[in-house]
Amino acid sequence: MSTKVCMWTLDHPEPASLKTYVANGGYEALKKVLAEKMPAEQIIEQVKISGLRGRGGAGFPTGLKWSFMPRQFPGDKYIVCNTDEGEPGTFKDRDILRFNPHQLIEGMVIAGYTLGARAGYNYIHGEIFELYESWEQALEEARAAGFLGKNICGSGWDFDLHAHHGYGAYVCGEETALLESLEGKKGQPRFKPPFPASFGLYGKPTTINNTETLASIPWIVRHGGQAFLELGKPNNGGTKIFSISGHVNKPGNYEVGLGTPFAELLEMAGGVRTGHKLKAVIPGGSSAPVLPAEIMMDLTLDFDAIAKAGSMLGSGAVIVMDDSVCMVKALERLSYFYFEESCGQCTPCREGTGWMHRVIKRIEHGEGRPEDLDLLTSVGHGIAGRTICALGDAAVGPVQSFIKHFRKEFEYHIEHKKCMVGN
Amino acid sequence: MLSQESLALIDKEIAKYPPEHKQSAVMGALRIAQAEKGWLATETIEYVADYLGMPPIAAYEVATFYNMYDLKPVGRNKVTLCTNLPCQLQGADKIAEHMKAKLGVDFGETTADGRYTLVEGECMGACGEGPLCLHNNHKMHSHLTPESLDKLLDDLK
Amino acid sequence: MPNIEIDGQTIEVAQGATLMDAAHQLGIFIPHFCYHKKLSIAANCRMCLVEVEKAPKPLPACATPVTEGMKVRTHSAKAVEAQKGVMELLLINHPLDCPICDQGGECQLQDLAVGYGGSASRYAEPKRVVKEKDLGPLVATDMTRCIHCSRCVRFGQEIAGRMELGMIHRGEHTEVMPFLEQQVTSELSGNVIDLCPVGALTSKPFRYSARSWELGRRKSISPHDGLGSNLLLHVKDNKVFRAVPRENEAINECWLADRDRYAYEALNSSERLTQPMVRDGDKWIEVDWQKALTQAAGALRVLRETHGGNALAALASPHQTVEELHLVQKLMRALGSEQIEHRLAQTDFSGDTKRKGATWLGMPVAELNQLQRVLLVGATLRKEQPLIAQRLRQATKWGAQLNVVHAADDELNCRVANKLIAKPTAWVNALAQIAKALLEAGASLPAEVAGQLNNVTVSDAARAIAASLQDGERKAVLLGAVAQNHPASAQLQQLAAAIAEASGAKLGFLSPSANSVGAQIVNAQGAPANDAKGYLLLGVEPELDVHDGGQAIKALDQAEFVVALSAFKGRVMDYADVVLPIAPFSETAGSFINMEGRLQAFNPAVKPQGEARPAWKVLRVLGNQFGLAGFEHDSVEAVRAEALPQGEAGVAARLDNSIAGVALQSLAAQAGLERLGETPIYQLDPLTRRAPALQRTQDALDAACAWTNGGVIERLGLAAGNNVRVRQGGAEAVLRLCRDDRLPDDVVRVAVGPLTAHLGARFGGISLEAV
Repeated sequence: MSTKVCMWTLDHPEPASLKTYVANGGYEALKKVLAEKMPAEQIIEQVKISGLRGRGGAGFPTGLKWSFMPRQFPGDKYIVCNTDEGEPGTFKDRDILRFNPHQLIEGMVIAGYTLGARAGYNYIHGEIFELYESWEQALEEARAAGFLGKNICGSGWDFDLHAHHGYGAYVCGEETALLESLEGKKGQPRFKPPFPASFGLYGKPTTINNTETLASIPWIVRHGGQAFLELGKPNNGGTKIFSISGHVNKPGNYEVGLGTPFAELLEMAGGVRTGHKLKAVIPGGSSAPVLPAEIMMDLTLDFDAIAKAGSMLGSGAVIVMDDSVCMVKALERLSYFYFEESCGQCTPCREGTGWMHRVIKRIEHGEGRPEDLDLLTSVGHGIAGRTICALGDAAVGPVQSFIKHFRKEFEYHIEHKKCMVGN
Repeated sequence: MLSQESLALIDKEIAKYPPEHKQSAVMGALRIAQAEKGWLATETIEYVADYLGMPPIAAYEVATFYNMYDLKPVGRNKVTLCTNLPCQLQGADKIAEHMKAKLGVDFGETTADGRYTLVEGECMGACGEGPLCLHNNHKMHSHLTPESLDKLLDDLK
Repeated sequence: MPNIEIDGQTIEVAQGATLMDAAHQLGIFIPHFCYHKKLSIAANCRMCLVEVEKAPKPLPACATPVTEGMKVRTHSAKAVEAQKGVMELLLINHPLDCPICDQGGECQLQDLAVGYGGSASRYAEPKRVVKEKDLGPLVATDMTRCIHCSRCVRFGQEIAGRMELGMIHRGEHTEVMPFLEQQVTSELSGNVIDLCPVGALTSKPFRYSARSWELGRRKSISPHDGLGSNLLLHVKDNKVFRAVPRENEAINECWLADRDRYAYEALNSSERLTQPMVRDGDKWIEVDWQKALTQAAGALRVLRETHGGNALAALASPHQTVEELHLVQKLMRALGSEQIEHRLAQTDFSGDTKRKGATWLGMPVAELNQLQRVLLVGATLRKEQPLIAQRLRQATKWGAQLNVVHAADDELNCRVANKLIAKPTAWVNALAQIAKALLEAGASLPAEVAGQLNNVTVSDAARAIAASLQDGERKAVLLGAVAQNHPASAQLQQLAAAIAEASGAKLGFLSPSANSVGAQIVNAQGAPANDAKGYLLLGVEPELDVHDGGQAIKALDQAEFVVALSAFKGRVMDYADVVLPIAPFSETAGSFINMEGRLQAFNPAVKPQGEARPAWKVLRVLGNQFGLAGFEHDSVEAVRAEALPQGEAGVAARLDNSIAGVALQSLAAQAGLERLGETPIYQLDPLTRRAPALQRTQDALDAACAWTNGGVIERLGLAAGNNVRVRQGGAEAVLRLCRDDRLPDDVVRVAVGPLTAHLGARFGGISLEAV
């Protein structure tokens, strides 16, 4: 069995308990950092060596991100964890909160120490409210055990963490929208620059990392950056939790080294639904361009390989579609999602997502027109790259890629006013 | 307007943030108020805004932006079913049809007896367990089948 | 300072500047909607996307900071393609109703659509329709036209200081609205009309009355508060159709208070006086000018001959021009009368001999934004001086501490650091406490003031205010209209001056009227008029303008002859014997001197209505009627040259707020209920009083009520919401009683207005009883 960075507690009874965590080396990294008064530069250096890239979707090198935080800033600084996991297909961070909450706490405390933060917040997707509550309990446990709050591990250093919940807005997964939401406002993304590292929560320097990213930190501190890097492949260090959903026999989370072949992951998930053939895969959450089966089966799962194939690893959410799927219907649902979740701030996204959805809906309902596919491509072109945040691009990615790879299916729908898949 | 219990919970939320940023607690406070009242009337929103020292329209912006806040009364049991693509692939459409047929209402509607409100939801971040639904915003039920759904609905009084 | 290149032109710009700033410097226009120089950057409309070399995608010029060596193309194929793409998306849900839209002809969307829009739409789906909102009597809405630029929302948050509008829901369903269908109540609300780049927010009174391209634009000066906002009057067919701001960064910036914007409606009021008239018993007879003037001069001449020159008195409005006020005082003095007054709401003139010059702001208006410490005394700031309030709000956003002494604890549109809220008779003591706290903290107070503070006990609030004032730089002590009209005004001024001196602050007067400073400069003041036999009224409605309206009416009723120069009929018809129709500011040439001492001249925007004539001409002819020398001016400029021989420089030399030698006799507050009698925002002058839309605002409605706190209401066994009988001396009025728990004990706020005009003085004892 390969090494697990985040999901190892599942091999133990009571995986989420502090007892299990501590008995297996949990909070050792924190103790070491505090006991040795480890310099921040040293920790950041190890994170850089580890090749850890943001697990939320963008894949930005974490060590580099951390190095952007102003070291000598006189006022408050913050560390924020992004557990606003609402990208269709993604459900890994939920399992970290569910099965290994203390590793996230430890990771956030080490991050807080390294970045000189005053406090940290974990922004948790509103729909997994039960885990908001259980993580708050884990915080209480950590406080009681001296891993959080005043005088952590007797070091004289104070730092606290709090849970904050969303309440139904996908866009808050975007880091600046998340900050706005954390400030008690609508979750509308901010224009960057300024970046959160200089103007973040309450206008103070802030680092925002994904849950899986922060949960990987204790492992890196304990075992060293090099060891983490070697779990994956160069520039794609570590393991990664892949969330497989859709038409597989065993949907779920699988933590494997980056660079694992897709075929291997598919096998771990029990293969394509019995009696069907693989048709298409969205390899990195709904915003990632779809790839046809023949391309996908040859790919390894790492940031670089998937990018080369024209899609993205994103959050590691693999949505598997078999030969029963009508691509028009699938796209209709996704386009509705982006239309429904657009924050409404930027003109192209506010107006364009609705336009695209209505056209796709017409096609699905047999009212498509021959010019619609070019129109969709053109409207998408007017949205992508022209909005404050990436939601505009995310809404366009599926439209462009579905039409690109499955154009015949769309044309059939328009011409015959019905589906070629037969349902 | 709100019970002492709710106010104590709101105070706990407020305590998480720097004193000059009480507004940060608005999402938690509206959630707590909604849990007590069943939905968010404008007076409730105004009360929460006053409690946090923020303009009522700013609280109203928040209440209307996030779709788990209910600005109209809902049934005793709000059942939000995710129909997004992964859940759809895993059978959410059939669950939706079953649920609508069983209760005789469409998404966005409440049964005549005020027992159930059906809502179409967006991704809840638990796709591996789909089809799934949320009961009254906070309790998730996963791996739904027509049979398990029947049992769930029957158990919700 | 980075150097960049825009469209082939190189320019050096300030660090932190945006591409939009740089383009402005070069005179390059980049299309935009959400960007506004006075508002925060939203970057949401995306219209200003430009091509930046090495950037993978087009960047919004409004939000992109310049960096060294940047090469920008604002009109390249790539930039224009992005701009056109955004325009297409802006238009898909925008109604095609330009022919019936009031914004037509002055619509940014329409203008830019000409350059960037397609001739036909590719959007074949149903268009969005948005429910209408009722924002009150001033701002009309057509929210389906909204393009979600959020300027109006940001204006409320950032400039007006009251977030009354928000953008609710999200995505395509986003809409701008107030909370709970409330109306917008900010006294600056009309600015959202100018800010709205489309026809979503337009002027309600102006609605459907004219097309913008039919209107002529005439420069003018607002005749209301002492700021002197610069206006453009839009005219057609010799009629003023609306007033909009004329940008002047030193005065009103690009804003207008609603009072400046909507009072124009009164210019077209049916109450306009357009014909000279003389009284014949109970009847009024329209006569020609010659007859009216002969009769007026004849009657006054008889009174003068019988009772002496001082039997004649003139009450002149400080909203009249420099030239008019100069001539009225010249006429009166030539007739041997010193009874001329423009400070009609004041009662305490004891400071006149102790002050060296004309009272003024004490600094340029624009300096208010830079203040770090302010003590505001007796100013109902937002209602007296809406745009000054806005400037002080900007100062507080940069950390200024605003301290307040007042009898009302009104919601200001900014943070108040410390406040001392007390009944009016306790104000002298309140300021004395602050002075003494400064003294105790080691500041040096003028000896004559310090010596009078022995029995004063310093409160914590006074100490906090003193501490605030001792700290920081660039400070001011500002006296509002309520302080200036206070019965112990001279003592308040003396203490304010001492506090200013001790804390290194400037002392300033917030001039209540457009020409308060000008009237002082031309010396349109003397002994206050009391029981004169003959009156000359210039633009005055004594029952509303004079500090004790009841007494004023009695005096006029008892006078033997009253000549009224007025633009309006009204109660003047009850007590005048001759009425002479004069032209309001829009129909005459003249000048005002604003609170910072700035002389602002203006020309008529339209011709006088009917037989109305500019007041300066009427006064000159009256001088001729009396056979007086020195009334031969043939132009308004000639009058001005006589009134202000050294022009604005001469004005500056006369401005001086210093005061000395006032005895502090009112250190003890009085017991019992006291009236706080302000001039409400929409009762400032005869024009405002007759502007129908302003009279329908919440501010106007509130001003017609009696306000007191819950304790007083309970003690007297009254009920808020019911009518209450308000008694002052022998007069009484029945008003709706309203509760304001932020008022201190014993204060009854009863403003001056039509319902209360006959009551007694603005300050002093008052009683309430159930009806």
